[in-house]
Amino acid sequence: MTGGTDVPEDPRDRLAGAIPRLRAFAISLARDVTQADDLVQDTILKAWSNMDKFDPRTNLDAWLFTILRNTFYSALRKTRREVQDTDGVHAAALSEKPAHDSRLAFKDFQRAFDMLSPEHREVLILVGASGFSCEEAAEMMGVAIGTVKSRASRARKRLAEILHLAEGEGLFSGTDGPTQAVVLRAASGAR
Amino acid sequence: MTREKDEDVPKRQAMRAQIDENLKRVYTSALNEELPERFRELLSQLKAREAAKDGGKDGGRS
Repeated sequence: MTGGTDVPEDPRDRLAGAIPRLRAFAISLARDVTQADDLVQDTILKAWSNMDKFDPRTNLDAWLFTILRNTFYSALRKTRREVQDTDGVHAAALSEKPAHDSRLAFKDFQRAFDMLSPEHREVLILVGASGFSCEEAAEMMGVAIGTVKSRASRARKRLAEILHLAEGEGLFSGTDGPTQAVVLRAASGAR
Repeated sequence: MTREKDEDVPKRQAMRAQIDENLKRVYTSALNEELPERFRELLSQLKAREAAKDGGKDGGRS
């Protein structure tokens, strides 16, 4: 090949490959598969028509995630009151495999994760699970790196608090005795 | 900033390791969800529309 163009491929052709990760982020953020799919659809449409604004030397995932989270938050600002009382319902729509190997029961963790604010879920998924650096997350979230770090730390603390609450409050009423014991031992870090 | 007791450090590290492990699982389980057909359809519609536009440019409208 002797063409020598800087941009050999249309970034639009990479959209299909990015959809699974984009959707996983949407599900993690919205905790509702139907809403997540609508977000992904809106994001694909926006990305398609704004592809000329994408710098192909940068990370396509990060660009798509940014569009998706901005779409999510602008919708959330409109319906913030409605969204308040929907926690817990969403995760049930997700299929999951039984957690035999994990000390902290995954179902309990998911329920605690659902109780976090979307901002806390977002920062934890971006830096804790999907492998973005704090710098990349800061750019995507439109905040300073220090804010990403302190928000992630507060979100982890909040999760730990919710998991501790399982002890006295009977918050996770579906948890059976032995599992609860495991959760509590895990939460207190006893060895 | 309050000084933390030495005994709290391993506790917090254990908690943090478990939180991170579970966060990865939240993301991975979402990643393993079967993709709905609608996204593939949407992309092929967008591509078809683009192709029609390009065709219009090349050959004029008929």
